[in-house]
Amino acid sequence: MLIEIRSAPFDPWAELNAYQNNPGLKPGNYGACATFVGTMRDYNLGDDVAQMQLQHYEGMTQHQLSSFADQVIDRHQLLDLLILHRVGDLYPNDPIVLVAAWSAHRAAAFDGCRQMMEHLKSHATFWKKETLVESGGPANHRWVGNV
Amino acid sequence: MSVKVRCFASLREELGFGDKSVEYQLPLTIGEIWMEISGRPAPENLLCALNHEYSKFSQTVQDGDEVAFFPPVNGG
Repeated sequence: MLIEIRSAPFDPWAELNAYQNNPGLKPGNYGACATFVGTMRDYNLGDDVAQMQLQHYEGMTQHQLSSFADQVIDRHQLLDLLILHRVGDLYPNDPIVLVAAWSAHRAAAFDGCRQMMEHLKSHATFWKKETLVESGGPANHRWVGNV
Repeated sequence: MSVKVRCFASLREELGFGDKSVEYQLPLTIGEIWMEISGRPAPENLLCALNHEYSKFSQTVQDGDEVAFFPPVNGG
């Protein structure tokens, strides 16, 4: 299992390919790999978005993801799980997150990948600050989700 | 007794700090710490954590604990 919070852009497909060739994943052992790639849009809530800053709670994020990933692996008997998530400054079309789950059969891979991603969305301590583009005006900023 | 208090996202801008160590007369709950640093009741959707685990505002803190306050999360 690998869980990393990255401050630099990454290519999810290259990462997936590289990870699948790691010695821990034996060819012939897995029969399924389900993946989810989340990518930044250039619009949100009816506004054009130029840029996004992703902040996280270092320490808690990794701890939360690792703890839940262990549960997902056990629950679905996954063979392996890969989670990469960006922080820092992102631009439209930049990959935000990659979740990949390997298992013997497709159902476990689909379910494990989905469950991990849903947990990440609802519990992992990440926050987004968008920079909006207003036609003819200065850029302005807003947090996605607020108290 | 010292407690490390951390704030994230919009709260950092609102309260003007990301993290700081605060000397408190313990025992104190997380909700009471929130009142100390913000001067207002906790909003309904405010979240908190104690030592990197989600927690409740009624939880009592100990010397050396790390308490965090943050808005709803939205990664992915």
